[in-house]
Amino acid sequence: MEERNLICIGCPMGCPLTVTMEGTEVKSVTGNTCPRGDIYARKEVTNPTRIVTSSVLVTGSRTGAKTVSVKTASDVPKGKIFEVVRALKGVTVEAPVKIGDVVVSNISGTGVDVIATKEVE
Amino acid sequence: MEQYNVVIIGGGPAGLAAAKAAYDEGERSILILERDSLLGGILNQCIHNGFGLHTFKEELTGPEYAKRFEDEVRARGIECRLNTMVMDLSSDKTVTAMNRTDGMFQIRAKAVVLAMGCRERSRGALNIPGYRPAGIYSAGTAQRLVNIEGYMPGRKVVILGSGDIGLIMARRMTLEGAEVQVVAELMPYSGGLKRNIVQCLDDYGIPLKLSHTVVDIEGKERVTGVTIAEVDSKNKPIPGTEEHYDCDTLLLSCGLIPENELSRGAGVEISPVTNGPKVNERLETSIPGVFAAGNVLHVHDLVDYVSEEAADAGRNAAAYVREGNAPETENGTAVTFEGGIRYTVPSTVDTEKMKDLMTVRFRVGSVMKDRIVKVYANGEEIFKKKRRIMAPGEMEEVLLRKTELQKFGGLKTLKIKVEEA
Repeated sequence: MEERNLICIGCPMGCPLTVTMEGTEVKSVTGNTCPRGDIYARKEVTNPTRIVTSSVLVTGSRTGAKTVSVKTASDVPKGKIFEVVRALKGVTVEAPVKIGDVVVSNISGTGVDVIATKEVE
Repeated sequence: MEQYNVVIIGGGPAGLAAAKAAYDEGERSILILERDSLLGGILNQCIHNGFGLHTFKEELTGPEYAKRFEDEVRARGIECRLNTMVMDLSSDKTVTAMNRTDGMFQIRAKAVVLAMGCRERSRGALNIPGYRPAGIYSAGTAQRLVNIEGYMPGRKVVILGSGDIGLIMARRMTLEGAEVQVVAELMPYSGGLKRNIVQCLDDYGIPLKLSHTVVDIEGKERVTGVTIAEVDSKNKPIPGTEEHYDCDTLLLSCGLIPENELSRGAGVEISPVTNGPKVNERLETSIPGVFAAGNVLHVHDLVDYVSEEAADAGRNAAAYVREGNAPETENGTAVTFEGGIRYTVPSTVDTEKMKDLMTVRFRVGSVMKDRIVKVYANGEEIFKKKRRIMAPGEMEEVLLRKTELQKFGGLKTLKIKVEEA
């Protein structure tokens, strides 16, 4: 039996959650005061994921923009965040860029594309 | 002099939503004045996700959220003048502005929507002792440098204040290779959203020290270190609790202040609590035909509510142009409050002129658990809702129904009260 402590992000209460696990199986969630805490805790201990956002350099912008903001098109495993950001270092795209344009496909082998979140002319 | 029916000062989320709503209300003579070279305001540098959950039911980044509203404004052919700085607003709604192509010019507006947003509290306003070296930035300046200009402002960072921008920048700087050593917060609670504390600090092992402040900044040319100390219940540093951090950068995320130089110049009455205009049920300031919405009115934590509020202001501005200012039947009923509420927006309600369902937004001054928010009209309870927790960093709201308030004939008192459950 392993115990993990989390703070729920569902609302400002910030309930201190204790998750009891056996291997990768969640045995119990305590400390939550509503069902949202239970759902959050189970996801967070078994498969924590995040959208990663960053910005990369852009060249040839008519408006003089130096960067374009980007994000992973869907969640990536939390443990991969630094790898994803490192893989974006040195990436340069050429203007024009539209929202949703793929900047790097299958970043760090996650199967997830990094896409532009800003339009640059 | 040029004439427009509705002039909107500011092309950020508030200005865009106001313009769209005014157009959809039937108004066609609308002008947005924006000092930056692009629309969208501060959303352009907020590249993290989490915007638009209420409005679009999905998590957008700041630029994506801004683009949706910009597209709506462009699709309607609403005129926008970029790179245009408004210098003055007069009480007769003459707007004096300037830009590089037209020089200085004046516009006579029938209605004005104030949508100038807010500014970060600066070091000068915080009275932090110590030297004045380079390397001290507001969190928003650092955000602009990293996300828009593509520069890293520093490598070894201490952050004072746990506002959302500071938390977001703790993560951003960490991801870009900086070492964020600590976030110090003067108050015994964070002003930021819980989600940001977990996902921006806890995820990266960055400590948050509550009831701590910076008591010294060292370095002559560039910051070389800061000293933080714990504070007592009166926010005075406790001797002997000092801790020194070697660092080259100090970020400040210590609150936002509505930007009301233009409003003050026009003679708009300003609330000393919000630092924004006092407004009635139509979000109209003390000058008839001048409306306010978004962070210039009071600082919001979610952009969705900025858009919602600004759309109301835009509709009301269009209605004002169409109908003229209906003669004041009465001055409206003052909204009073008790039980830890700091302010309400609006501060007065006229039951004749309010819309059918009106949102009253407010903030509390401290963290409170297990409360009931009640609304009393002429002393009679007309609404209540339970709140498990209320915090200064999270805006609260109650909805008021016109039919319910009109039942009282003459509404004499309207009170919002937070009571123990």
